[in-house]
Amino acid sequence: MRVEEHPILGKLQKAPAVEIEVDGQVIQARAGEPIAAALLAAGKHIFRYTRKDHQPRGVFCAIGQCTDCMMIVDGVPNVRTCVTPVKPGMKIQTQHGLGKLRSTSVEKD
Amino acid sequence: MRKTEFAIVGAGPAGLSAAIEAARAGVKVVLADENQRPGGQLFKQIHKFFGSEAHHAGARGIDIGTMLLQQVSQQKNVEIMLDSVVWGIFRANPGHTLGVIHNSKNIHLKARKVLLATGATENVLAFPGWTLAGVMGAGAIQTLVNVHRVLPGKRVLMVGSGNVGLIVSYQLLQAGAEVVAIVEALPKIGGYAVHASKVARTGVPILTSTTVKEVHGKGKVEKAVLVQIDENWQPLTGTERELEVDVVCLACGLSPLAELAWITGCKFTDVPELGGHVPIHNENMETTVSGIYVAGDLAGIEEASTAIEEGRLVGIAVAEALGYLAAGEAKDKKTEISNRAEQLREGPFGITRKQAKEQLIRRSLSE
Amino acid sequence: MTLLKDGFLDPEELKNLPGVPSKKRLIQGPVVVIECAQEIPCNPCEEACHKKAIQIGDSIINLPILDADKCSGCGLCIASCPGQAIFVVDTTYSDTEAAIQLPYEFLPYPEERQVVDGLNRAGEKVCSAKVLKVLNPKKFDRTAVIMIVVPKQYAMEVRNIDLR
Repeated sequence: MRVEEHPILGKLQKAPAVEIEVDGQVIQARAGEPIAAALLAAGKHIFRYTRKDHQPRGVFCAIGQCTDCMMIVDGVPNVRTCVTPVKPGMKIQTQHGLGKLRSTSVEKD
Repeated sequence: MRKTEFAIVGAGPAGLSAAIEAARAGVKVVLADENQRPGGQLFKQIHKFFGSEAHHAGARGIDIGTMLLQQVSQQKNVEIMLDSVVWGIFRANPGHTLGVIHNSKNIHLKARKVLLATGATENVLAFPGWTLAGVMGAGAIQTLVNVHRVLPGKRVLMVGSGNVGLIVSYQLLQAGAEVVAIVEALPKIGGYAVHASKVARTGVPILTSTTVKEVHGKGKVEKAVLVQIDENWQPLTGTERELEVDVVCLACGLSPLAELAWITGCKFTDVPELGGHVPIHNENMETTVSGIYVAGDLAGIEEASTAIEEGRLVGIAVAEALGYLAAGEAKDKKTEISNRAEQLREGPFGITRKQAKEQLIRRSLSE
Repeated sequence: MTLLKDGFLDPEELKNLPGVPSKKRLIQGPVVVIECAQEIPCNPCEEACHKKAIQIGDSIINLPILDADKCSGCGLCIASCPGQAIFVVDTTYSDTEAAIQLPYEFLPYPEERQVVDGLNRAGEKVCSAKVLKVLNPKKFDRTAVIMIVVPKQYAMEVRNIDLR
């Protein structure tokens, strides 16, 4: 649920709509917001399932510290959705277990 | 390899304040933060702060954040690196080298002095159902609601009645959620009475000597079971109560985010009153490793106001150590800042922190 | 002691506070009621009062002391309190009614002349309240001050409203 009106923060400013795909379903997001915010606003709370016991997990710390909110984003697993902003056309998938990194994504100095 | 005089890890209130003071004295500063925006936790603090005028009392945390950002942007000597994860810290003799990932590139940043202002993380409370979607930190929901303007649920159980639990409960009401109850394991409310009164007068029950026994739901939170506890923390059978909720917030304290500090090899000590393992530091906020300073919640869980003062103190101490401030002028500034910080530690709520900090500094003398 | 157990002051705790005016002063006209009971470093109310009716002093953990003779009940201090613990009570509003000014930071704000529920410190409805004014100037920094009228016997009880 979006907090449209707020006594201290004022009216929620308009932001360009960004379309993202979550498990094949298109949802509307606000430009610049973290993926997790868009998902929660759309009513999606379960982001991944754990490796051993397939337990559902969602947002816990919301500031990128705990890794509970990780999902597969554009094919890359273990992405912390609470600190990763949405991009138009992003494809997000519920992650099951741990992912496989395709290659090293950090260049050496 | 990049070089600077003063590297700061963490652009929250402590890091920003240190950057401002050091840069004012002429020090060249690089301020690195892993987030997209600086400000740390300030931009979710929508309530008015306490203290005196010198502590920006009456100003909302968000506006203090804006003020600090304006002040830092006016300093030509400060470079802010956002989206920058400091993953390592190595002795460079003299100084230290930080390993920083920025824009998917690994950068080595050599600095003569380093401030670690990495803040804190929320504690967890374990109970059956604690991992369900919808169980989250109180600070987490505060971020979701006040920064991202999203409410993850409508009926919230708040676990913990310290200032975080009380303030966040109030802010949840402001955002249009219902706070079904605040539970507190101790027999009395932990935070300021005025914060409790603000929510009590809206009808939110504050249940002391009560905790959450278990939480149920299919994948996400649907029900919470409360239970009363005795003075030995044992649940009293027969006092269970079920509540329909969709979010359970844990406001059970914070712990310093100490990984980077640990890597430096600086000595720690366990101070429960300050949140757990904290780096031993002297009155200049310098750790047992020369050239490594700490400030803010990493140096002991307190508040944004004390983080600002500690950051300022480090800024002055580093400027002095690097030769930008004469000893006399530095001493005067540090005394002024210390006095302001001490004011925030007065009274029954501050006394344990005050004594704990004094003990830490005494410890540093023998290390 | 209800303050530390339930989160609100009971009448016994209230009357001993230095920021709470005497019964004698209360029947003279509008006056502030500062329900601040704990030593916390905080003094914006002292700064906010134009008439210097609130005193805290050098040690900012002191409880605010009200000089009730200097207080005109203007209400400027209400929005200054980060704890929202300050109210203005006028038991002379009419023969049967008292007026109360209280801080309010929720949406929607009530309208003037709207009838709302008057809640006590425990959040229980004790009476109906009529909204006189809703003040929200820039200098209050988003803490609105709402003036309501309640039956006189509830002057020291009603501290919040519910718009139903």
